Amino acid sequence: MFRVTPKPLKLKEAVAWVTDPEAGAIVTFVGTTRNHNEGRRVIALDYEAYDEMAEKELAWIGREAKERWKITRMAIIHRIGHVPITEPSVVIAVSAAHRQDAFEACRFAIEEIKKSVPIWKKEIFEGGEVWIGTQSGQPFQMDREVRRR
Amino acid sequence: MRVKVKFFAILRERAGTAGAAKEIKEGSTVKELWESLQRDYPQLARVEARLLYAVNLNYVNAGYVLKEDDEVVFVPPVSGG
Repeated sequence: MFRVTPKPLKLKEAVAWVTDPEAGAIVTFVGTTRNHNEGRRVIALDYEAYDEMAEKELAWIGREAKERWKITRMAIIHRIGHVPITEPSVVIAVSAAHRQDAFEACRFAIEEIKKSVPIWKKEIFEGGEVWIGTQSGQPFQMDREVRRR
Repeated sequence: MRVKVKFFAILRERAGTAGAAKEIKEGSTVKELWESLQRDYPQLARVEARLLYAVNLNYVNAGYVLKEDDEVVFVPPVSGG
């Protein structure tokens, strides 16, 4: 299961999806929104995705993980829209016969999401907002005039 | 010929629109389309982030030659997770 959704994420749903009689391990990752970033007091994150392509890229991550490790099933669900602090923005669940494959494939999935899946987050902090991620790894600062459009 | 352009995230805010149909010359590349869009939407010229290019849901390089009805997306640095 590879999808983006505006609804709050349920880890249970991802775990249920990967549960399988062949599996002896299920590893999960939950990415949550934290209240601070680079010295800024963060209020919330707003996620936006190119939905169709994001789901296609997430499915690619699943196929690639299956080629690299002996995993049984994988689920990745990414939330879009406004995500309040402490809530999950992404959940990943991977099942495998043995734990090492599940751990490694789960790690691979979250790292790949951050590299290639067309999803963007805007950080809303005290005093402004920024779209995270530029070539230098620094947030691209929006000016107030543009933000109001 | 005509292609469909979609804008996301910082590009959507800068362009002030989520997308546009764009008339281009036969044989135009993705890079030429981007340059033309920067003339249509001067605010896009101020986007300094490095962009990736996607056509019909696949990443392509800047020299990709567009075809009629292609869906083109300029992908600013991704930041999911």
